[in-house]
Amino acid sequence: MSVILKATNISKQYRLGLVGTGTISHDLNRWWHRVRGKEDPYLKIGAVNDRSAKADSDYVWALQDINFEVQKGEVLGIIGKNGAGKSTLLKILSRVTGPTTGDIKTKGRIASLLEVGTGFHPELTGKENIYLNGAILGMSKAEIKAKEAEIIEFSGCARYVDTPVKRYSSGMRVRLAFAVAAFLEPDILVIDEVLAVGDAEFQKKAIGKMQDISKGDGRTVLFVSHNMAAVKSLCTRAIVLEHGTSVFEGGTDEAVGYYLKGKGDFSNRKQFGELYNNETFQLNQICINNELKTFKDILVENEVIDLITEIDLKTDSPEDYHITYHLYNEMGENMFAFTHWRNDIALRKGINKVLCKIPKYFLQSGQYFLTFLVVEKRKKAIFIEQDILNFTVVDGNRVIGDYMGKEPGYIRPDFKWENLK
Amino acid sequence: MNTPKDDTWLYTISSKHKLIDFNFKEIWRYRDLLLLFVKRDVVTVYKQTILGPLWYLIQPLFTALTFTLIFNKVANIETGTVPPFLFNLAGISIWGYFNTCLTATSDTFKSNAAVFGKVYFPRIIVPLSIIISNLVKFGIQLLIFIAFYMYYVLNDAAIHIDSSVVFFPLLVLLMGLLGLGIGMIISSLVTKYRDLKFLVGFGVQLLMYVSAVMYPLALMREKLPKIAWIVEYNPVAYIIETARFMLLGTGTFSWFGILYTVIVTFVVLFFGIIIFNRTEKTFIDTV
Repeated sequence: MSVILKATNISKQYRLGLVGTGTISHDLNRWWHRVRGKEDPYLKIGAVNDRSAKADSDYVWALQDINFEVQKGEVLGIIGKNGAGKSTLLKILSRVTGPTTGDIKTKGRIASLLEVGTGFHPELTGKENIYLNGAILGMSKAEIKAKEAEIIEFSGCARYVDTPVKRYSSGMRVRLAFAVAAFLEPDILVIDEVLAVGDAEFQKKAIGKMQDISKGDGRTVLFVSHNMAAVKSLCTRAIVLEHGTSVFEGGTDEAVGYYLKGKGDFSNRKQFGELYNNETFQLNQICINNELKTFKDILVENEVIDLITEIDLKTDSPEDYHITYHLYNEMGENMFAFTHWRNDIALRKGINKVLCKIPKYFLQSGQYFLTFLVVEKRKKAIFIEQDILNFTVVDGNRVIGDYMGKEPGYIRPDFKWENLK
Repeated sequence: MNTPKDDTWLYTISSKHKLIDFNFKEIWRYRDLLLLFVKRDVVTVYKQTILGPLWYLIQPLFTALTFTLIFNKVANIETGTVPPFLFNLAGISIWGYFNTCLTATSDTFKSNAAVFGKVYFPRIIVPLSIIISNLVKFGIQLLIFIAFYMYYVLNDAAIHIDSSVVFFPLLVLLMGLLGLGIGMIISSLVTKYRDLKFLVGFGVQLLMYVSAVMYPLALMREKLPKIAWIVEYNPVAYIIETARFMLLGTGTFSWFGILYTVIVTFVVLFFGIIIFNRTEKTFIDTV
């Protein structure tokens, strides 16, 4: 393994607000400092890129001191929330804009799929655009000619190649554009959210192609995505960006975990103490975790989920009471209610530790909110607490080549299937 | 980790920039893109029009006709033995080439922001493609000029081609490079200061009047000796005057003028490339 790309101290500063009369005086001041051989006075000021907090400086660091190395043949994931600096980093890598400080050294050509379909001219036909787009992405005419048939086939637009692109549907345009990009042969490929486009069938094709690129041809790929399933399945290593700085670098699973948990103490357990204490019961804690993991781990969809409720019943007829949960999704829609009425367990006086098992592949990836109820004699809710616990379920690893997006619908249960013939 | 020595790196993306960062090898690698851009510009302009490339001819013809009516018939500008229409057609075609080169290249960054914001290729490819695709347009216009030239020759007009016409392509190249140089300077500045956009709009129009397009240089010296220096210091005027001398055998030819124009062109081009290079790295943040 050898280092194919090395980034040292990459920073990028942006000016906030409007470009107005202030700009020219700053420009002159900058120039005056440079003439005297001094440092740029505006590089020193500048705040960390936190979108929500009002800054006291006109300048902001979109990226600050990013260092990393990429090995040849590696698929490096770059993850981070909106505004973490992912796109800025990609822009610098693909030479769309220059860094404010630092440099990137590379031993291979970098091509980016920042947004496919760049430079498509609406008046030109599909075939003409293949050539134009290919050339913009850095291919020579001969290279494109050699791959023309393959590109057209991959795009699935064979019928329309002689029609101006302005008559294409947006989906067809994307297919054609991705097809061109997919046949690029750079040493380092930079990909940003290509999975957001196209239908499921095409996504599958696209991911498969990316896999070929990285595994088959030993090409190096830098992959930026919000799709954790794709990152986990494709990447060998990942960097987590936060407010323009690199906060984590390491294995993909750990990086995804870090990204989802954030810096603070992540926990899927809530302890209530004296909060919900009345004459009938005291709710001690609710905890949710994957079967073989703890409440400190991220919940994944492809493992059984245990929901544990610890409740202390003080009443003398504990069998009259049942625990019920209502599950809401991130849109606030009530998905269903679940309770242990029909199960053979009864609550006892004293501390109860009630376990509810949610089968694997039942909940879709997403954020959920639980409402907790205590029901008396199967008809009257004596206690309701909304949003008592919220938790996030994420995609597990998927087989490469499979669909990476979110399935439609609210739940994705694993039913029992049989082939009767 | 076996970090290789610096010299084995293919290239470096750096925050520091050299004064002149002109990578001929890279531009050569993108020559296919240059040609495809030229093709795109030539082919798509008149798509879905009925007259198509005829529009390339209609514009100079009607302008020349109008100029002839206004400046020669109404205002009585003398063009010597040369038919006024041919005089104007020559001036307009050459001026038109400079004009489109300048205005189109001065918009390079702004009108290509969408592409420049997504992929990297040597940005200079775009202005170069503009110069070349307009050359194609100019070539077509030259054909119509030759057609009228033949017509007048057959009708015994007193015109003759000077032997120096073999240098005409060099003159056109000079014109293109001058347009490119000025255009690149403006395109770089306009990314930050939009004011220039308005200046270019009417500035180019004004420039035409001091570029000896619709009058011979000698006439200006004779009628307005006090401000003739504006025209004399204008390299574009020399190019147009020399072109007419080569094509029609009218007007003046001065070695001083040509030398002056060549020097100005290369100085402008030099600064154009420097400024363009500086801008292309970060313009996407300001445009």
